Amino acid sequence: MHRLPASLKLGVALALIVGTVLAPPSWTAWFAGVAAVLALAIWFSRIPLLFLAKRLLLLSPFVLGAALVNAFGPAGGARWILLAARSALCLLAVILVSNTTPMSQILRVLQRVRVPALLITTIALMHRYIFVLADEAERMRRARLSRTFQRAGRPGWQMLATVVGQLFIRASERAERIYDAMCARGWK
Amino acid sequence: MHIPDGFIDGKTALAAAAISVAGVGVALRQVKRELPPRKTPLLGLAAAFLFAAQMVNFPVAGGTSGHLVGGALVAALLGPSAAVVVVTTVLIVQCFLFADGGLTALGANIFNMAIVNSVAGYAIYRAVCRVLPGVSGRVTAIAFAGWCATVLAAVCCAGELAFSGTVAWSAAFPAMAGTHILIGIGEGLISALVFLAIERTRPDMIAGTVGPDQPQRWGELVRYGLLVSLGVAIFVAPFACPWPDGLEHVAASLGFKHKAAPPLLPAPAPDYHFPGIHSAVGATAIAGAAGALIVFALALLLGRLLAPDRARGTSAGLEDA
Repeated sequence: MHRLPASLKLGVALALIVGTVLAPPSWTAWFAGVAAVLALAIWFSRIPLLFLAKRLLLLSPFVLGAALVNAFGPAGGARWILLAARSALCLLAVILVSNTTPMSQILRVLQRVRVPALLITTIALMHRYIFVLADEAERMRRARLSRTFQRAGRPGWQMLATVVGQLFIRASERAERIYDAMCARGWK
Repeated sequence: MHIPDGFIDGKTALAAAAISVAGVGVALRQVKRELPPRKTPLLGLAAAFLFAAQMVNFPVAGGTSGHLVGGALVAALLGPSAAVVVVTTVLIVQCFLFADGGLTALGANIFNMAIVNSVAGYAIYRAVCRVLPGVSGRVTAIAFAGWCATVLAAVCCAGELAFSGTVAWSAAFPAMAGTHILIGIGEGLISALVFLAIERTRPDMIAGTVGPDQPQRWGELVRYGLLVSLGVAIFVAPFACPWPDGLEHVAASLGFKHKAAPPLLPAPAPDYHFPGIHSAVGATAIAGAAGALIVFALALLLGRLLAPDRARGTSAGLEDA
């Protein structure tokens, strides 16, 4: 599963998702089929079930919100079950692909389907620096805590905003250095 | 506001994707034209910044916490086209890497959060900046723009859900707009505080966003404006204009118009119409309009409070020159 070509995985996932979204509720066989394919994929990918369950439970507030809204609506539970089943299947497909495919391969597939180069560069850079900046934010938090620089045990909004603002400044300064480094390595 | 897969049907997904592809195309072309090559990595870094900034939790009363969404803030700092590219990148990475927001709903999510949010935020920011000069004016502008952008994106999101027939407009609009009228206050406040923090440390980064050397972006804004109006015309207008008709249309297209069983409805409303529901749509719209006035007043106050030293009288106007 991890070694399959990324374009195949992305293509199959896209087909499954589009099919699941478009399938009318009466196509139970289709939903069962998708579930079976995904179950097989889970088996071969050897991703722990607990991890998948946790990700599914984080479904986002949407399913819950729609549940509340539909509970008062006249159409009731059946529609909501369909909705939840659809989004759970699609979510599983995306989680499986994203956990078995490195981002660089996904980007290569996007490049092959003619996504503009500037967008791909931006995505690649973002993916590279997400974790760097997250670390930077964490370091700033720790530095502040170690100086016990906080108001009555609870950080105020203004202080947090200063951290975010500082993060933006550091990110822009880093961008300049990165450009120099890219040029030094022969980026056109 | 990330719509997952399954909440948006085929026609909505296609329409939203087409508009988004056009919008992101315009943005990429514009960015290529106006951004010096030196600034290319800035887009990626700004996207990474947005992602990291969204992980900083701001405590709200009652143990809950909120975070920055940031479309309007990035648009004010980098310009609308760069903001569209940056937020689109964040959404694509969230979709592929963290399964946050569906693959088929990616177009709709980009339309709401990258295009509507950034472009509306930028337009409002510039408009208010023009009326109110000085630092306090900019703080007011970014706070108000953050609120408006959040509410507008939520309304578009409700429109897409209703257009797909997932959730009736009469329920989706009050739920989405109502909660985001409140969430938007936090967004505006955080945006203003972050903006001010940057202004205090590196005023040179902000100065370029409103100065006379800033390009007039009429052509760009007109193009985005057309795309946004097209989206609004498709997703929101059919419901918003004559409200009872919109409700009727949704009910008919969902096929539950006649299934609304009489026992569900108590005596006061023997007719098909639920008494509370379409007045909820009207009430939310009125609350939104009143909210805009109140929020603008609050933003004005915030600007005066946070940047008091420079806001006095005519000196504010001179400072810009």
